[in-house]
Amino acid sequence: MEDKSKKFMNPYLAGILIGVFMVAAYYFSGEGLGASGALKSVVVASVDAVNHDYASNASFFKARVGGEHSPAKTWLVFEVLGVIAGAIISAAFAGRLKIEIGKSPKITNKKRLIYALIGGILFGIGSQLGRGCTSGMVMSGMGVLSLSGFIGLIAIFGGGYMIAYFFRKIWI
Amino acid sequence: MGPLFPQELISEEINILIGFFIGIGFGFLLEAAGFTNTRKLAGVFYGYDFVVLKVFFSAAITAAIIIFFLNHFGIMDISLTFYPKTYWIPTLIGGLIMAFGFIIGGFCPGTSVCAAVTGKIDAMIFVGGALIGIFGYAFTYDSVWKELRGSGAMGKVNIAEWMGMSDGLFILLLTVIAAVAFFAVSIIQKKVVASTNYKL
Repeated sequence: MEDKSKKFMNPYLAGILIGVFMVAAYYFSGEGLGASGALKSVVVASVDAVNHDYASNASFFKARVGGEHSPAKTWLVFEVLGVIAGAIISAAFAGRLKIEIGKSPKITNKKRLIYALIGGILFGIGSQLGRGCTSGMVMSGMGVLSLSGFIGLIAIFGGGYMIAYFFRKIWI
Repeated sequence: MGPLFPQELISEEINILIGFFIGIGFGFLLEAAGFTNTRKLAGVFYGYDFVVLKVFFSAAITAAIIIFFLNHFGIMDISLTFYPKTYWIPTLIGGLIMAFGFIIGGFCPGTSVCAAVTGKIDAMIFVGGALIGIFGYAFTYDSVWKELRGSGAMGKVNIAEWMGMSDGLFILLLTVIAAVAFFAVSIIQKKVVASTNYKL
């Protein structure tokens, strides 16, 4: 018999509630729900901590360091700290806190981890060039009807469908 | 009237605290919907699991509808929020790079963070990769990316206005398209799952 506690939430209900949290983010803070922006802050803060002179002069960093707060003290960083807490709480309740590698049974662990690394690197670069990722740019952009969000939607998901066939052996 | 923080109606400390609590809700729901499972995420591209499409569109449309009414009744002024400016060239190219990242890596940044902290080793590697990617981007910013990132600047563009229709009509069309898509993918998913022996 299937363990009921391990069932996933209805996707439409989850989506509607995420939409409500997005509205709250816009209403209270004027921000969308992001993720890659927080990772960028981590990178900026670490480079600033290691070599402040470089960070104060290099054009990618200089706009983001030297303020009165640490470059890591941003709304998005705290939002993502919340995301971390929320994911752990949900997984703990559902009995899903488990060390494992998620993958198709047809590929090896080593392959999966190499692909995860490559995918992460590409997403890191793409999110910086594209000014945000699937949450901050596309989903939150769509919420306020920003053209940018819809271009991102077409590029990420449309692009995904165009190339999915060539990478099918990773997944099916 | 919202948004509160951009008008200094709440303090920075309260604002950041609110961000933390909103994050808890977002992370909880991503995990509860199954977004820490890389195969469920990739399923949207192969037809065996459309949870990504269902959650994503329900969230965007719910937010769009509520924000439309908040703005309409003067409860929140959208123009004071962080409203993404459109740079169509880098967003298109960056989006295509992210498409490769999604298909090859099986996560996006938000889902990878949720999966990494709940024990998925592949997601921890993905987050590490994303940080490496951002480091690499940052250190090559002037020589490679700077010009491209600023190209195709259009300012703050509302897609409904850009297409020459009202916000309300656009949201209605988007909702109808999503409803049709939800119906279609539920049929596709049943067929694909029946024809393969896909199990999570």
